[in-house]
Amino acid sequence: MNIIVVGCGKLGVAIVEQLVAEGHTITVIDRNKDRLGSRLGGLDVMTYCGDGCSAATLDGAGIDHANLFIAAMDTDETNLLSCVIAKKKSKSNCRTIARVRNPIYSMETGFLKQELDIDMVINPELATADEFARIFKFPYASQIDTFLIQRAELVHFKVKPDSKLNDVMLMDIKTKHNCKVLVSMVERGDEVFIPNGHFVLKEGDMVGVMGNQKDIYSFFQKFGLGTKKASNVIIVGGGKTGYYVARILDNSGISTKIIELNRERCDFLSENLPNVDVICGDGTAKDILIEEGIQNAAGLAALTDIDEENILLSLNARSITDVKTATKVSRTNFEDVISQLNLDTIIFPNRIVSDRVLQFVRSLQYTMGSNIESFRRLGGGKVEALGFKVTDCSSVTGTALMNMKLKENVLICIISRNGKNIIPSGSDTIEVGDRVVIVHANADIKNIEDILE
Amino acid sequence: MNYGVVAYIMGWILKAEAAFMVLPFVVGLLYREYSTYSYLITAGICLVCGLLLNIKKPKKGGLFLKEGFFVVALGWIIMSVFGAIPFVISGDIERFIDAVFETASGFSTTGSTILTDVEAMSHAGLFWRSFTHLLGGMGVFVFLSALLPMLGGNPINLMKAESTGPSVDKLVPRMKDTVKILYSIYLAMAATECIILLICGLDLFEALCTTFGTVGTGGFGIRNDSLASLSPAVQWVVTIFMILSGVNYSMYFLILRKKFKQAVTLEEVRLYLFIIVLAVVAISFNISHLYPTTSETVRQASFQVGTLITSTGFATADFDLWPEFSKAVLVFCMFMGACAGSTGGGLKMSRILIMIKSMKKQITTLIHPRAVVKVRMDGNVLDDEVVHSTMVYVSIFVSIFAISTLIVSLDGNDFTTNFTAVLATLNNMGPGLNKVGPTCNFSFFSDLSKLTLIFDMLAGRLELLPLLLIMAPKSWRKNL
Repeated sequence: MNIIVVGCGKLGVAIVEQLVAEGHTITVIDRNKDRLGSRLGGLDVMTYCGDGCSAATLDGAGIDHANLFIAAMDTDETNLLSCVIAKKKSKSNCRTIARVRNPIYSMETGFLKQELDIDMVINPELATADEFARIFKFPYASQIDTFLIQRAELVHFKVKPDSKLNDVMLMDIKTKHNCKVLVSMVERGDEVFIPNGHFVLKEGDMVGVMGNQKDIYSFFQKFGLGTKKASNVIIVGGGKTGYYVARILDNSGISTKIIELNRERCDFLSENLPNVDVICGDGTAKDILIEEGIQNAAGLAALTDIDEENILLSLNARSITDVKTATKVSRTNFEDVISQLNLDTIIFPNRIVSDRVLQFVRSLQYTMGSNIESFRRLGGGKVEALGFKVTDCSSVTGTALMNMKLKENVLICIISRNGKNIIPSGSDTIEVGDRVVIVHANADIKNIEDILE
Repeated sequence: MNYGVVAYIMGWILKAEAAFMVLPFVVGLLYREYSTYSYLITAGICLVCGLLLNIKKPKKGGLFLKEGFFVVALGWIIMSVFGAIPFVISGDIERFIDAVFETASGFSTTGSTILTDVEAMSHAGLFWRSFTHLLGGMGVFVFLSALLPMLGGNPINLMKAESTGPSVDKLVPRMKDTVKILYSIYLAMAATECIILLICGLDLFEALCTTFGTVGTGGFGIRNDSLASLSPAVQWVVTIFMILSGVNYSMYFLILRKKFKQAVTLEEVRLYLFIIVLAVVAISFNISHLYPTTSETVRQASFQVGTLITSTGFATADFDLWPEFSKAVLVFCMFMGACAGSTGGGLKMSRILIMIKSMKKQITTLIHPRAVVKVRMDGNVLDDEVVHSTMVYVSIFVSIFAISTLIVSLDGNDFTTNFTAVLATLNNMGPGLNKVGPTCNFSFFSDLSKLTLIFDMLAGRLELLPLLLIMAPKSWRKNL
């Protein structure tokens, strides 16, 4: 796809890197020529020096042929304006994505989308906060993807050494334990498996199970996988992200405490978050953490502005007690080293935003001229999950699944019919009007018929 | 230097050369020449060497600027050496150094030859000689970079080393698409010329060889008198296509994108055409007494100006016999060369333009010492870095020129011969003046001189820096 990205700040570069890796044709616009050269020198993209809000610049960068326009400049207003201009200038129905981080605008995304005709509004801090909050709300899951209107979920989690799932054969989950979920993918080491019923789980596997929310919940309960959300969380650093995290956690009934150094910020937090305890102090000091009850806390979110402090803070907390920590790290360069530390969960805000953009790009690309409704790439890019709507009678409709000869590494995960999600067994069929989610590895699938051998 | 990556890409270049050599083999088969097996043998050697080098995928990826330059320089040397083997096996050329000279001359689109009797060559040999022009004209690595999985790093680093001009840029965001566009323009031009030549009455073999020599701005002819004995119509067609091949390819791209206004206002192309017209007019007046009709005078003048300014090196007249003024004009044309981003050689029009503008800037700052003046091209302000590197380029050019002339002078020939021999090779021209004039050849030079000239040809084609890099011991170090 032809994509134009305006602004090559940290976020812009993170997005461009991911898009280049996917093989898109990218032009990057920035006002600063040196910045373009030094930050994008190693990437196969076209750079264009100019103002992203100028129609002439957009013309020169080829807005005529662009399929997607991403505005990631420093200020919200310029991003919104350039998206509007891009939409007006485009002749090829260009989609637009604007980065908008002011909380006031973020509250009005619906209006912006509709009235300014912007296809996606993304708030980096809010997206990051969502991710942080999820970790404490669903501590068992390392990733959750949602499919279909009836909200089937694909929940990823790691099999721990003492887990009851060790050495369990997959067909037993349904027959012996009577759980209505389907293990759709297993990552073991560098390999990814699309498992069949005879697959046996091992310690250290990263497992993806699909099913309805409540079925997955009961599955986790049956296997003793800790379904409880964290009871109380300490947030260190009350910046934009910290504020959002506190708000989300507070809304879902988790008792929350923010430690923030700046007095004025504390006042603001205290005014806007009436149920949250706001502590004015230095969260990186060991005594304050102990004084504020780190020993009894279920979770800690390290959200100061400085990566190094966040890392040390989490390491420190984990040395005191076995608390679940989530650490914000802005720079992605040292990911390899950092991931070796005993840090539990590390969150890269730019990665989260670029992942969301990528998700948008992929589904845009996939849904162009096919009946794929949703699209996710999983397991380090080796596995795809596709949601189809079955609109016509074809070779896949009306036949029992056990009589179909599927391609290797293809799995039908869920059939959604009349508002109900079915975990399919051999005797089930696919009918016209159904929505189907499949998971596959290394198969070229663009249509539902492609799943057959 | 990342040797793993270097070896891997060398493997690919050898495999590519093996594939290219199948063509002269087929030509030889068609003409029932026994010696054509030499091409199949060499292709086999290339293929085996290539496969051996490609057995191991490099552990550490990474094609940075230094690797790009290094790989391209080494690759061109290797291509020239391997490309010379069939000439020796088939007996077309006796000595290996001569064969390397001929191949390097072909790949670098120089067109200087050591052959005393071109017509005695086998058809396969003539075809391979001319075909190297087509390959060398646009660049082999540029082509490969579109096909190769690039092991990380940025393929533009190969293009930067191989393409001509002070600042190399992509036409469209993706390297692959850029290469596709460049090659489509290049091959479309070749196809058009070939068809027109066929219509003018040349047979397919000669039309193809002449086309390769023209669009690659190479200049190997398949007759002893180059193009002199061909009809005026053919000469005009070749003149026009030579001049078109010397135009910056981004102009054709702009035309394809229907940005005509931008295309006709390119300063570099304007200067290029202006100088051509000026030179043709000047020479026409100067040589009018030598030819019976005005049309012939103009044709000879335009052909010679076209062939030398684009660094092609075909000839329709022995301009060594022309008056001194005409010769001086032609030598100036030789120095200036074609546009940046074309297949032509020489200093390049854009560098001349930058130099002229910097001179103007210098004078302005003398008059107004506090003036802030920027050098502009096509309305855009040029980076000081580009201006600076142009100046450095010219100084390197002069240094290499001086040293080469010194070495070649050891043979004891007269100054004009030595000077123009170095000029003709360093600027990828082909013929020079006096003993290396359009009717002569380079066979009389000593081996040392031939080596120097081979270096000059490759250095000139790759715009000096890659070959200098490969000569620097520092760059061979594993841990840089």
